[in-house]
Formats: sequence, structure tokens, C-alpha cells
Amino acid sequence: MGILRGKLLPPVLAILFSALLCGIALLVSGANPVDAFGVMVSQVGQGTTAVDIINSTGTYYIAALAVAIGFQMNLFNIGVEGQYRVAAVVAAVVGGSLALPPGLHALVVILVAALVGALWAAIPAVLKVTRGVNEVISTIMMNGLALGLAAYLIREDVFGELRGNNIRTPEIPESGWVPGIPLGSAGTVFGLVFLAALLGVGYWVMMNRTRFGFELKASGESATAAAAGGVNAKKMVLVAMLLSGGIAGLVSMPEILGRDHTYNLNFPAGLGFAGIAIALLGRNHPGGIAFGALLWAFLDKSGLALDNVGVPREIVTIMQGAIVLSVVVAYEVVRRFELAAEQRRVGKQLGTVGAS
Amino acid sequence: MNPSEAPATVPPPRKSRRLPGWAVGVLGVAGAVVLLSTTSYLTGVPQLTSTGTIQTAVRLALPILLAGLGGLWAERAGVVNIGLEGMMIMGTWGAAWAGYQWGPWAALVAAAVFGALGGLLHAIATVTFGVNHIVSGVAINLLGAGLTKYLSTLVFFPLSHNPRESPAVPKFDTYSAPGLSEWLGDLEAQQRVGLSDVAGILRGLVTGVSPLTMLAIALVVGSYLVLWRTRFGLRLRSCGENPVAAESLGVNVYRHKYAAVIASGALAGIGGAALVLNPGQPGYLEGQTNGRGFIGLAAMIFGNWRPGGLLGGAALFGYADGLQLRSGGKTFLALVYGAVLLLAVIVVWQLVRRRWFAAAGGIVAAVALYAVYYSVDEVPSELTTYAPHLVTLIVLAVASQRLRMPAADGVVYRRG
Repeated sequence: MGILRGKLLPPVLAILFSALLCGIALLVSGANPVDAFGVMVSQVGQGTTAVDIINSTGTYYIAALAVAIGFQMNLFNIGVEGQYRVAAVVAAVVGGSLALPPGLHALVVILVAALVGALWAAIPAVLKVTRGVNEVISTIMMNGLALGLAAYLIREDVFGELRGNNIRTPEIPESGWVPGIPLGSAGTVFGLVFLAALLGVGYWVMMNRTRFGFELKASGESATAAAAGGVNAKKMVLVAMLLSGGIAGLVSMPEILGRDHTYNLNFPAGLGFAGIAIALLGRNHPGGIAFGALLWAFLDKSGLALDNVGVPREIVTIMQGAIVLSVVVAYEVVRRFELAAEQRRVGKQLGTVGAS
Repeated sequence: MNPSEAPATVPPPRKSRRLPGWAVGVLGVAGAVVLLSTTSYLTGVPQLTSTGTIQTAVRLALPILLAGLGGLWAERAGVVNIGLEGMMIMGTWGAAWAGYQWGPWAALVAAAVFGALGGLLHAIATVTFGVNHIVSGVAINLLGAGLTKYLSTLVFFPLSHNPRESPAVPKFDTYSAPGLSEWLGDLEAQQRVGLSDVAGILRGLVTGVSPLTMLAIALVVGSYLVLWRTRFGLRLRSCGENPVAAESLGVNVYRHKYAAVIASGALAGIGGAALVLNPGQPGYLEGQTNGRGFIGLAAMIFGNWRPGGLLGGAALFGYADGLQLRSGGKTFLALVYGAVLLLAVIVVWQLVRRRWFAAAGGIVAAVALYAVYYSVDEVPSELTTYAPHLVTLIVLAVASQRLRMPAADGVVYRRG
């Protein structure tokens, strides 16, 4: 009961509340909310939607894991957005200019992406440990710089090439592709979705079975207690940030190696911020994050069907925003409620109820 | 944002300040003008101080200034407001919606109301429910973007047949100082060293002034007076420095934080309106803010959480933006040259003060920048857009020890 109330109730309440909110918004704008939600659910069975949801879940999952590592020690890596973008461009350029045997080629591209993501995250990390610069501000600034750098690197006179009215990096040769699982007319599941699952397992092991994970959690629970216990705070910041950035670098890999084989102007934006929302929803727990990523992907892909019933599909973005805000509020309310309950219980045991 | 992270060094005994704040400001402006006109003379790029550049710069600085002012209000009360961007986006929609129907003044009011609603949401989450400020801010950015997209599809699409754009919004009439403007124009046309530069800058400031500019300046001055010269302001700032002490002295911390964050949202919303009412824009455009809320935050940090410094930061970022937009990457390169000159002055100053390490760092940076200036023909426009971000990072890296944010900034406060 305790687990149910403390961990599962808040997200359920938040999702219901957000659905209610969006339902009201739909009613006000003259649409039928039951129809709209019905269309979204039935859309899952149509065309490639189900597979799209799985693929998108993988991408969101990696982004949320990257954020969650920082969150474990109260380190806000708002910069996942920039880290995955720079990593995507550089990895695509490197992949497109190499000639390596199949398998090795893809592996090199993946490693480059992780390395670049980690390097991009290293700048705010170093600034934080050497100069005391707050990581929230510096990563926000790094996000802006990443956008600029990515736009610059795919210029025609730098690394890019013009195809139609789209600019993209040179295509990665077939030896660098990661084959997917073809499901006929339902689409193809990206092979690297399994990388996401693997990262999730690795994250769980790291958090629960290694010394580093313990120190990470300890630093998050109480920085002073961790320092007293011999945890080197600066080292933790540096390692957590580099790990977070390295994983953030992998966010784009399923799409680039599985389908696009290039970085172009249509590259998805906002994955990093979605990752923050999903990590919050899932409370940094690998299972919770998986659920959150699935929910996000479902809302994204099924929301496309809303246009068919005359509802602007942006309603799902409102729903996502409402879910994040209400879930954090719900967690906080439940935490306070439990704190009060515990105080009462302790008070009862001590026989001093009401005296405090 | 987290006071426990601040290095626990004992602050050095404060030297008695020789100059009052306004004198520092005047010196800074004079220094900037001298620097610009010297750069303009040495590089032969008159656009650096031309009327057009300054006018564009002012227009582009306004949204940054207003967003930064919003950040100042919130952070002075101890609430970090990453949600400025989302509130600004809501402001752009509100401005366009009211603006195309009832004109620019209605646009301003609607933008302030929409921004304030975002601020209210942030206040409810962070103050009442004690949610982490960054988390709430990120959520509000998502929500603001989603809400405006939804509303613009719903409301603007039938009118403009484009879900990403509003119908054209009427702009403010602009005013020029009669007589003065022409006289300065003559002076600027004579191309005299120094004098024409000053004339160009002044003419840019007094020609085609929108009421919005005056309002923004009034808001900066007003914010300073309210926050630093009234009882309410003192109490509000005390909530950002030490809420427990403030509460113990009878200050209603929650109420002051609410007021500050709602004001913050309203200011960010007006910043959004400044984008929509910019004569270069037809109206609301999806993605119009393009991270300006964050740049506003950067300008506030650049200005060390003070209104005067914020004004300087917004002017700098707006100027860089305006120069790029007006005359392209070649002219922007002259700014790099200007930065080299500035560094040279700093190096000399550090040598005089016998701070060899800082001077050496300055020399290295200056040589590197000069190498950039010497080797490239123009700065790619993709990169100039993000010059503010780079400047902020450098300022943070170099001067983070001298910046002083409110002591309890970002700390969740719960009434005991």
C-alpha cells in the first residue's frame, strides 16, 4: 500500500488530471474529447504507428536516462538538448567519411557520438568544478552554441551537401547502417532500440550494484553527508556530467544509423527537454522512465491522428506539459503528506500527540 | 543557485567604493563609445556606429531587456525563473491576438496578462507546492510552447490560413526628436573621427523611437526604484537573501514571492510583445522567441543581478544581434577587432595592478582573437546569432567569483 501510494499514485493522478484538463480545453474549443481520445487509441493499430511508437520510445528513453544520471545527484543537465545535437552532426560527418567493415563502422560512429556528447558536457562540468559556474546556466548557453555549431557544420562549404531544398551531411555508407527488424507493412523496428534497453539495464546495475551508483545517490540525498563519507564531490560532478553527456550523445543514433543515415535540417528538436520531463515522470527509475518514454511516444505519434477529426494535434503538447507540472506537484504533495503522517506516527509512539 | 555550492571563502574586507553606481555607468557608456569609434576608425567600418545599426540594436535589445528584467524580479525574490522563455512565448501570442483586433496598446496589456498567467503558474508550483524551480521552469517552457501552438492553430489559422502565423499586427507610431535628429544626421554624414560616431549613436537613439522603448526604459528605472528604494522592494529582496529571517521579521514571504514571480511573468510577456510589435515583423510567428528568454536570463547574470548591469548586458547582446542583422558577418568581424582592443586595455590595467597571471591570460586571448580576425573574412551568420551565449559563458568563467546572486536564489522555502 505504501509503495502504491507513494510511487504509483502521483503519476496516475497527474495523467488523469492532465487528460481532464485537455478534455476541458477540447470541450471549450468545440470538439468532442471522447472522440479525440478514441481516435488516438485506435490510431495505434493503424499503419506504422505502433512501430513508430516503439522507435520513438527508444529515443526518448536514452534522452531521459542521460538526464536521470544527473538528477540522481541533483545535477541539472539541461544541456542534453545541445549534447545530442552536436554529437549527431559530428557522428554523421565522421560516419559519412569513413570506410570500415560492417559492424565496426557502426560501432565507431556510436563511440564517436558518445565521446562528442561527453566532451560537450565536459565544458560545463569543468566550469562548475573549477570556477563554480552553475550548471543550469552554462548548459543552457551550451544549448544555444550547439544549435549554432550544428547549423555551421552542415553548411555547404563546410561539411554539408544540398539535396533538394534540404541540407544534410554526406550519407553514411551501408557498412555503417544498423539493420532493424522488418515487420512488413507495419514498418521496421530500429536495431538500436535494443541499445536503449541495454543502457537501461546498465543504468539499473550502476545505480543499484556499484559503488559509483551508491556515491551518486548519496551525493544527491545529502551532499554534506556524502562529503563526510569520503565522496569527492568534484569528481562526482565531473563523472556524472561526462556520463550524462556520453549517453546524451547516443540519443540520435537509432534514427541516424537505422533510417536517415545522415543529419539534415529536419532533425528532431526538443528531445533533450522531453528527456527532462520523462525523467521527472519516471522518478529516475529505469522502469518508470520506460513507462514515461512510452507515454510520450504514444502521445506524439497517436496525436498525429487528431488532425483527421479536426482537433489541432498540439493539444498533446499541452497534455505533456500539464503532465510534467502536475506530476512534480503530485510527488511533492504526497511527500509532504507522508512526512506529516510519519511525524504523527512518531508522535503517537512517543505519546506526545498534539504537543508539537 | 545552491548556496552550499558556493566556495566557503571569507570575503575580503570591502574596499570603500570610490565611485557611485551612476558614475560607473557613465564611464562604461563613454568607454563603449570610445571603443566603438576607435574600432570603426581602425577597421574602416562606419556601420559600427551608424544610425541604422543603433536603431536595429535598440529594437532587438528590448525583448532581451524585458525578459532580463522579468528574471531580475523573480530572482531577487529568490525564485529562479527558467520559464521566462515559455512566458515570453505566451506573451507573443497574447500580443498578436489582442493586437490585430484592438491595436498595439491592447497588445501590450494582453501580453502582460498572458505572461503573468505563466508567472502565476510558476509561483503556484514553486512557492505553494515547493517544486524545484528549474523543474517547474522547464515544464512551463513546454507548456507555453504547446499552448501557443494549439491556440494559434485554433484562432489564427482561420484568419491567416497559416497555423504558425497571426494576421498582421498594427505597430506603434514612432517619434523622432525634431531638429536634433536632422542636426545629428548632418554631423554623422561629415564622417569626422569620433564626432560622427557619437552623432550616429545619438541619432539612432533619438530617431524613430517607439513608445515601447520609452516604456522599457521606464520599467528599468521603475524596477530599480521599486526594488531598491521602497519598503516593499526591501522586503521582496530580503525574501531572496534570507527568507527565514524575513519571515521572522513579519514579512509575508509567500505573498512577496508570488508578487515577484507574477511581475516577472508580466515583464517577460511584454518582452514577447516587443517581438511582435517590432516593425520588422508582421506579427506572431511560431518559434519567434528563439531562446530570447534565455538570453534575457544571460543578460541579467551578465549584469550581476542589478538593473543597470542588465541594461548594459541587453544593450551589448542587442547590439551584436542588430549589427549582424543589419550589415552581415563582415561587419561583425570588426567587433572581434573591438574585443581585441578591449582586451588590450584590460591587459594594461592588469599589468598596472601587477596581476601577471590575469594579464598573461588576457594576452593569450587577445592573440587568439586577433588570429581569428586576421584569418577569416567574415563570421558565419550561424555563429553570430549565438554570440550572446558565448559571451555569457566567458563572463561566467572569468568573473563568476565576482558575480553575486541573491543568497537564497533557487532555494525552496517552506513556511515553518
